[in-house]
Amino acid sequence: MKRQIEAEILSQRRLAPEIYDMRIEGGEAAKDARPGQFVTLYCEDGARILPRPISICEREGTRFRLVYRIAGAGTREFASYGAGKKLRMMGPLGNGFPLLNKRAILIGGGIGIPPMLELMKELPGEKTAVLGYRDRELFLRDEFAAYGPVATATEDGSAGVRGNVLDAIREQGVEGEVIYACGPTPMLRAVKEYALEKGLLCYLSLEERMACGIGACLACVCRSKETDEHTGVHNKRVCKDGPVFEAREVEL
Amino acid sequence: MHTRVNLAGVELKNPVMTASGTFGSGAEYGEYVDLNRLGAVVTKGVANVPWEGNPTPRVAEVTGGMLNAIGLQNPGIDVFCRRDIPFLRQFDTKIIVNVCGKTESDYLEVVERLADEPVDLLEINISCPNVKEGGIAFGQDPRAVEHITALVKKKARQPVIMKLSPNVTDIGEMARAAEAGGADILSLINTLTGMKIDIHRRAFVLANKTGGMSGPAIKPIALRMVYQAAQAVRIPIIGMGGIVTAEDAIEFILAGASAVSIGTANFMYPDAAVRVIEGIEAYMEKYGVEDIGELVGAVR
Repeated sequence: MKRQIEAEILSQRRLAPEIYDMRIEGGEAAKDARPGQFVTLYCEDGARILPRPISICEREGTRFRLVYRIAGAGTREFASYGAGKKLRMMGPLGNGFPLLNKRAILIGGGIGIPPMLELMKELPGEKTAVLGYRDRELFLRDEFAAYGPVATATEDGSAGVRGNVLDAIREQGVEGEVIYACGPTPMLRAVKEYALEKGLLCYLSLEERMACGIGACLACVCRSKETDEHTGVHNKRVCKDGPVFEAREVEL
Repeated sequence: MHTRVNLAGVELKNPVMTASGTFGSGAEYGEYVDLNRLGAVVTKGVANVPWEGNPTPRVAEVTGGMLNAIGLQNPGIDVFCRRDIPFLRQFDTKIIVNVCGKTESDYLEVVERLADEPVDLLEINISCPNVKEGGIAFGQDPRAVEHITALVKKKARQPVIMKLSPNVTDIGEMARAAEAGGADILSLINTLTGMKIDIHRRAFVLANKTGGMSGPAIKPIALRMVYQAAQAVRIPIIGMGGIVTAEDAIEFILAGASAVSIGTANFMYPDAAVRVIEGIEAYMEKYGVEDIGELVGAVR
């Protein structure tokens, strides 16, 4: 039976303003984690009752690396903790990215970058990372470079190509057979359009406000093209059926 | 010592169940908790046809609780009967089906459809604050409550629980109306209508603008209403609203609830219901309570 565990924080450091890098002991369940899956962490402050979903940046044995942005009081609480602190945790949750042996383009935008790192590590074929940042705070970029070429875009033009991830792909002539992407919805929408135009297979990792995190409460749904088998309507559950969807399955 | 309770002729092994909408039909939580331990599983509301629900965001956290405006998304009674009832039948727990509708005939269609299904109790949701038609519209006027209760009772083969809304001035009046309509059992409270605004975006957090508030922060209100309803009627009451621990559950039982439901706490601890059962047993042991019935309504 799956369970909620008391997970011990092994280390924590700040990577960039508001971006934190936490290593946490995930227990036996961590061994089965796949790139693109997530965990949920619970606050100690009883006023904050809901778990926070955080994508898995890397997994080593039973340990998770979680790189997250402070988005509110809950993640601010997590960022205040150091090694030795225990937090309630569930996971790995969700489906994760399929590992295809094709030439791959991995696209990460902002806090959608961390989950692409484990994918970059595990994909068997030739791969290029395309990372979109706000400014010169290029967290994790050098770590991607260990596994393949990296194209960078910044909104303010302070590093790499000025503009977004698609600008970087076009300017640097990045090519592939499959796209994997995680980032803000407008980015995912543009990536989906690009993939359809180029006839590329495309997997998108979506984000939505969650409550249970395991598929029961139906809070975090996205619009699906076909009637979903489980829900019986045009809704898929991001936490359980996703967060990764083949781009044509979902309407953004 | 025993924790068995009898609700309108249906015997539950213990008085702890899951609140509708927080537990699906048990399949997802069944990976985290042994469903055989539960007194009953109350399913997510089911209508005569599939409902798409509301746009997202559908949930928001608030201090000590949460708001939801799921909008009763459900796969419809056909899928429910084909998939969810056989799933739940595998476990040694009672099945309570929450029924929702937009019109009287929607409710009755579902109730009739369930007549020959192996389910133990029906819970009629006349208190959902998040759908435009039906739901709460049937639950805020005592004449409407009595009327829909009587209609459902005429068609139902299983005992009927009427689920009441807290968004009323006098809960006792609503409880009496449901009893007058022939309800076998009452359950309360559903969620309290609430709102959250994002001051940075200057926009409502929920796409539906308003949502139903649940979680530990609403417990004192729920407890007060369960007490008032228990004073108003003779039929059994299933109490809920912010129960997280066994201590919370025992408060509801002492206030007059014959059974309790665990809702939002499932999101905090997936095995919350089992923790509550174990805590109730420990309490009974500590105080030498032989029959949990001794505790029901013991505080007046």
